[in-house]
Formats: sequence, C-alpha cells, structure tokens
Amino acid sequence: MAKFTVTFNGKECKGCELCVVSCPKGIIALNPELTNDAGYHPASITAENMENCIGCQSCVRMCPDSIITIVKND
Amino acid sequence: MAKVIMKGNEAIAKAAILAGCRYFMGYPITPQNEVPEYFSRELPLVGGTFVQAESEVAAINMVYGAGAAGARAMTSSSSPGIALKQEGIGYCVKGEIPCVVVSMMRGGPGLGTIQPSQSDYLQATRGGSNGDYHIPVLAPGSVQEAVDFVKESFEIAECYRTPVMVLCDGLIGQMMEPVELDHEPTKREKVDLSTWALGHSPKGKTNTIINLDIDAPNCERENFRFFEEKYPAIEKNEVRWEEFMMEDAEYAFVSYGTTARIIKNAVKALRAEGMKIGLVRPQTLWPFPQKPFENKKIKKWIVGEMNMGQMVPDVQLACGKKEDVLFYGRTGGMIPTPEEYIDFAKKELGGAK
Amino acid sequence: MSTIVYQKPEGLTDVRMHYCPGCGHGIVHRLIAECISELGETENTIICAPVGCAVFIPKYFTYDSIQCAHGRAPATATGIKRVHPDKIVLTYQGDGDLASIGTAEIIHAAARGEKFTTIFINNGIYGMTGGQMAPTTLPGMRSTTSQEGRDPHINGNPIRVCEMLATLTGPAYIERVAVDSPAHVIQTKKAIKKALTMQQEGKGFTFVEVVSSCPTNWGLSATKAMEFVKEKMIPYYPLGVFKDMEKEGE
Repeated sequence: MAKFTVTFNGKECKGCELCVVSCPKGIIALNPELTNDAGYHPASITAENMENCIGCQSCVRMCPDSIITIVKND
Repeated sequence: MAKVIMKGNEAIAKAAILAGCRYFMGYPITPQNEVPEYFSRELPLVGGTFVQAESEVAAINMVYGAGAAGARAMTSSSSPGIALKQEGIGYCVKGEIPCVVVSMMRGGPGLGTIQPSQSDYLQATRGGSNGDYHIPVLAPGSVQEAVDFVKESFEIAECYRTPVMVLCDGLIGQMMEPVELDHEPTKREKVDLSTWALGHSPKGKTNTIINLDIDAPNCERENFRFFEEKYPAIEKNEVRWEEFMMEDAEYAFVSYGTTARIIKNAVKALRAEGMKIGLVRPQTLWPFPQKPFENKKIKKWIVGEMNMGQMVPDVQLACGKKEDVLFYGRTGGMIPTPEEYIDFAKKELGGAK
Repeated sequence: MSTIVYQKPEGLTDVRMHYCPGCGHGIVHRLIAECISELGETENTIICAPVGCAVFIPKYFTYDSIQCAHGRAPATATGIKRVHPDKIVLTYQGDGDLASIGTAEIIHAAARGEKFTTIFINNGIYGMTGGQMAPTTLPGMRSTTSQEGRDPHINGNPIRVCEMLATLTGPAYIERVAVDSPAHVIQTKKAIKKALTMQQEGKGFTFVEVVSSCPTNWGLSATKAMEFVKEKMIPYYPLGVFKDMEKEGE
C-alpha cells in the first residue's frame, strides 16, 4: 500500500505539465489514453508509481487549477 | 434655525456632512477649492474621512470604492476635472454605486478660464462616459438650493443606486448667501445594504460589484432594466422645475442656475413695460422637465445660458416648435447682465405688448 | 485510515478558472486563498479585481469583490479600506494594470500608507488583450507591439516596481517573489501571508510582486515559460525583500 495517494481531477486538468516537471520522483505523466472534455490529456500517476510518492506536495504547489489532492495512508 | 451666511462651496460641504456624508475624496481645482478644504477640516471632527487624491481620476475611483462599501461618499471638481472623472462615473453607473459628484462649472473648453460658466450642460446631461446611461443632474440657482439639492442628491443616489450630479456654475460656489441648514430632504425608500454592498454580505453570502458583463445578452438585459425601470422611475419622481410669472405669459425665458436669477430681473423689468413674459427654470437638467413646455400659449421661448446654447435642443424637443426657440448667452467665463436680456427680448419680440 | 495532506483551500469557488494551461495566476489565487484561510479571514475579505486576465476574480473567490477601472484598484481599495478598516482588503493587479495606466494610483496609495495589500503579477506582457508590450516587457522580448523584440531606444526599459515603491516611506512591506518552482511558490506563500498578517495588524501598505508566466502570449509551453521566468525574468527582477517596517524598527 503506497504511503500517499495522489488523485487528479482529470476533468479539470489542463495538461500544463507543471506538476510533471516539478515532481522530484518523476512519477507524474499525462495519461495518453484519457482526453477530457477540453481536449487535454490529464496528469496522473500509475498505481505502481504511486509507491514512490514521498508526499512532498511539489505537484500541488505548482498546480494552477488546484485539481490535485494528496492523502496520507496511515 | 436661524440663517447662516456661508460661501457656496462651504455650504455644499456642510450640507453633505449634515446629510451623513462621511467620505470625501477630491482634488484641487478652481473654482471649487473650498469644498475639499472645508471637508479636510470638518470631516475628521465627525469621525469622517477626507482623502486628497492624486488626481480627479483617483478621487472618483475612491468614491466608487467607498460607495460600493455602503458609505455616503462624495467628490467634487470643476469642468476639466469632471471630464477626467467620466470613466469613474460610468463605473458607478454600471456598478449601481450611490454617490454624489458636485461639478462647479468654469469657462471652457480645455483649461478654459476660472470664471463661472454653464458650458458643461451637455457633459453633465448627455454623459461624458461611455455606454447607454443617464445620471440625475440637479442645477441649484442659489446657495440655499445648493444646500438642499446636495441633501436630496444623497437620497436620490441611494434610492435608485446611481451617481447623482449637482451642477453649479462657479458663481454659486464662490458667492456668500444666508442659508437655512436644517431643511430635511425627502426620505426615500432604499435597498438594504446587505443585498449588495461590500463588507455587508450576510454570512456565507457574497456581495459582488460586477462591472464587466462579458455575456452580451446579460449586458443588454441590464441596459434594458435601466431604461425600462430605473430611469422612468427617476423621470417620474425626481423631475423638478420653477415657473416664474408664467400664469399669463405669452413669451418665456428658459434658464437655470445663476443665469436664471439674472433673467428674473429682466422679466420684472419687461413686465413693468407691459410685456407678458415669464421664466421656466429647470432645477433638474436630467430628467429635463417636459411639462412646462406643453404650454401652448407661449409664442416664443428665449433660452438663456452661459454657453453657446447647449440646452436649446432640449427646449426645441420639449416644445416641439424648433423655430419658436431663440437663444442668447455669454460664454468663456463672461456673465450676462439683465439689460442684455431686456434688449434681446425687445429686439426679438418686436416690443410686443 | 487516511488523513488529507492537501486539498483545494476554502475561499476558492468551484468555478473552473479560464486561465491558460500553466498560467501563474491560478497558483497565486490558490496561495491567497490558503493564506486568507489560515489567517481565519475567509469571511472577512474584500478583493479588488483589475482589468486584465484577472478581471474574472469575482467568479473565483468567495470573498466580496469588485471589478475596478483599469489601473484604479488602489484608489478603489483606498475607498473600501477607509470604510471598512476591520476588513482584509486586497488588490490583485497585472503589470498592464499597475505598472502602466495605474502607476499614479499605486505610488500614491503606497505613499499614503493605505492599509491594504496589493498582489502584483508581473508576467512581462498584456495577457487579456492578446500579448502587447507592457512596461515590464524585457528588452528584446517579442510582443504584438514589439514584434522585432522590445527596443529600449524606442520603447524604453522595463520598470522595477518593488525598487520604485521601496523609496517611499508609506509602505510597511515590499517583497518580490516568483512562482516558477515549488521552492519559489513556498516563498511566495510566505510573502503573501506576511503581507496579510501585517495588514491584520494595521501596519500599513503591503505589497507583493509575483514574477509569473504567460505561456500563450510568450509563445512557449507552460513548462518552457517557467524556465523563461527563471532564466530571463528573475535576473532582471531580482527576488527579495525591499522593505520591511518590522525589520527597520520604524
């Protein structure tokens, strides 16, 4: 079970990739299989990559649209 | 209460304070300097706030803020300064922000002169800002009326949520006259601040003053609302004028402000010589009084202003007979004499008895 | 069991912001909401919107708000704060609004020490109107009105607003920050929080300039635009505190 779970509100993501480049673990990527109503590929983290999340919140700091939520799994 | 002799500009500021105005933002410009000067001394004594702004533009935008925050706020200026305030006045119109703007007219155009004039009639009544709108414009003819109209203007501003202009010529600001300060304005129904004013929103609610209506259909609906509800109500309830010796008149002057007082002397003199002439004095320039011009007995109307005839079209429209409307005026800061109007009337009306 | 580490702060509405992908406005809006929330002022704040991309701020915040005339927000905020000294009053302005048409208003509000906070977004261009040169556009930077790149001989040099305002006695706090990296975003939040705290304590005029990006009008991707902020904007607009009344023991 990953220590942290990071969820992206894919519907509202604009695919700007600021979270992608700011993640020190490099585990965020735009999901090519998904396209939201606005035509963007939303950012996401695969289940297996989620294991490497250290909860540093770099992604939420850079996200202009506040679409990321981080939960700590005790 | 006994009458007090006061200078027009100071009486205007005193009246505003008596009306509960606690926020004045202004900027120096002749001939209205005593207004900010008086406020700067007197407002702090009643817990009010005076701000000398860096420009007339800043001053009206401060009033836009203070008014939006639900306070009685006012600014004053003169002709070129009022020109600078037009955008801000337009924002107060769109944001439906109650406030009072006193304009103390001086000769123009451009820097013009510092002597009195009435050459901003169109600036005031046709609106110097952009978009479809009107603002109520009150034109006092004496220091007493200036006092009364300032008090009324706060009531009108809040009742209809609009900026209101008190339009004086420089004479009214500069002369001293005895005034009664205790007249109470007619109280009017007001919209509760909690429904719109900043800082007054009930818990969990938000009050917002929107000025950009990017959705065109909505912007149009708002314009329709102003022209189908707000302005007709103002026209119906707030129009006012004075008729002087009009009962049996066959001719009539039309004038306002100080020029009307000068013309009253001409009327008395002409009456003494048997001419049946009177004077219609609009006290609101918007709404412009239509009723007195339905008087079919009047053969000729003589418009008298300290400008080049800016009110003539309104009189022509109101009386419906363009050719029956004559004009005589001085401009550029020059003030006409009663004799000029006596001679003009005799010349134009052929010594009509 | 799990605990929330981070979620969208109170003070922001659910309205999807119209800003372009990767635009710095969204980051700063969120930081403002976080700071106001942490200071317990979410029900006690009034925000003045500029004319520019941020003109739609009333839709994005739950605070009472007002759309001001272009450049005049500091004057309007003066009126509001004088009527409501107990409320937190903010102006949020871009570089066209503040550093061009509104220079007189910001300088005099600062000089008078008006007790509100200004958040100034410097992205070196006019965004809303489609990319014209701003007073903060860098020499050589292209825009729709400096199509061969800004030429100082013709268009002059960019204005450093923090340094200019720091010469005045009125302001209590002036800091320039940026949002090009998580570390800088943390610093930006600290600056905004300090400015708002000083407003709470009635210390005087507080000012935070945020160097930010405009991907669309710079013709860069969001990530490349943040690199431009780091490599080109920040060298011309050095970050740091330019005035802190609390430090100077004034």
